[in-house]
Amino acid sequence: MSDEKITAVDPTFKYEIARIPGGESIKFCFQCGKCEATCPIRRFDDKYRPAQIIRAAILGLRESVLSSKMIWMCAVCFSCTERCPQGVKFTDIMRTIRNIAVREGYIDPFFQQLSNVIAETGRIFPYTAFLDELRSDLGLSPMNTHNCQEMVRLLDRARRRAQSKRSPAAQARINESSQNKGGR
Amino acid sequence: MKYLFFSGCVTPQKENMYELSLRKVSQKIGIELIDLDRTNCCGFFVEPVDYQASVVLGARNLAIMDEQGLDAVTPCPACFGHLTRVRSTLLENDELRKTVNQELKEVGKTFVGSSRMKHFMGVLVQDVGIERIKTTMSRPLSKLKVAPHYGCHLLKPSSEVHLDNPEDPKLLDSLIEATGTECLDYSEKGLCCGSSAMNVDRNLSTKITKTKMDSVEKSGADAIVTVCPACHVHFDLTANAILKEKHDIPVLHYTQLLGLAQGFSPQELGLYENRVPVDKILELIES
Repeated sequence: MSDEKITAVDPTFKYEIARIPGGESIKFCFQCGKCEATCPIRRFDDKYRPAQIIRAAILGLRESVLSSKMIWMCAVCFSCTERCPQGVKFTDIMRTIRNIAVREGYIDPFFQQLSNVIAETGRIFPYTAFLDELRSDLGLSPMNTHNCQEMVRLLDRARRRAQSKRSPAAQARINESSQNKGGR
Repeated sequence: MKYLFFSGCVTPQKENMYELSLRKVSQKIGIELIDLDRTNCCGFFVEPVDYQASVVLGARNLAIMDEQGLDAVTPCPACFGHLTRVRSTLLENDELRKTVNQELKEVGKTFVGSSRMKHFMGVLVQDVGIERIKTTMSRPLSKLKVAPHYGCHLLKPSSEVHLDNPEDPKLLDSLIEATGTECLDYSEKGLCCGSSAMNVDRNLSTKITKTKMDSVEKSGADAIVTVCPACHVHFDLTANAILKEKHDIPVLHYTQLLGLAQGFSPQELGLYENRVPVDKILELIES
């Protein structure tokens, strides 16, 4: 999100967010800024503006919110959700906005890579035999990983479902970003 | 007292000493742990990309727990938080539950919601009780002063995890004091470890970590005590890779501290697996 003049808004964006489980409370934000006073990321990096994300989303700056790097900065610590006087579940709204951004082809490279690993292996860290050697040295039992296939199958279904709903423009953005690997 | 044991991803990958010490203290207290097989990632890290998929993964783990008819316990606050939120969301939202159970049919599972995921600290305080824990001590650690670190997901959002008041938490303080150790207050007690900020930018994480470590140092603590495998790996390993000036403050899992008070040896608690040497702590205990 930058300082450019607002020339086009999509007033339905807030309803799109509110319809998704977790996004409902966006309508209750009254811009007091307590989330910003609380946020540990905001405290150390003034580029991050959680209240601004909500304001822009309510205004309807759809593309500018979805393509913003800012939406990937939330640490999911729930501090703002804890303290919001209006009961706005900012952390859940952030997740909802990220999910829409992913669908539209604006994927943060770190999260994309992490979810690929989980989709392929069923865990954040792929299982290795060396891991079990280390565990056995300490007298710990081997990791039971024999049924990761169920997880992989469920995630494959989710991926195919997401793909079938994707617009050509979103698909083009994904193709482009997979060519420029390296990210930040 | 019997629970299913859900290790999560980070503990067996990087923090075996957490699992080892957790098993030792459980044995001493009389907590029986039954390994949950066929579980995988809790689903937490899939949330930013696809919430419904993260709920399906969580529900699969919960469905396996339901089949066993027991509550589960985990060392990981993120697994605890995610599976607690998934369970309550599914119990409240009929439409989402229907969709998720439709997906789970693919792998022959059904989410019912009869079993809960608990965090080991919750089990210690709520199910076992501080008084009973005190009866298992054989070596009060009266010469130690430590700084408690709660992290983010053990207590927040309190409206959903219901363990303690995150604005003024007492849960870990009381567990530390039960071992005879002095529990210190410090100005940055509530600050996160900085681990999640590594995903955003390393410099940002360094700033958070430095602020935290400076505050711990100023408090005069002999060690930091953690309850989360990700916070532990961050303070014990990553911090000394990203900070300009290295720190030498030992970082103990609470279960390692409790195990020492129960008379276990450093080897039995995996204390030599910690990256920041713990010799200073052991000297203080034996002096």
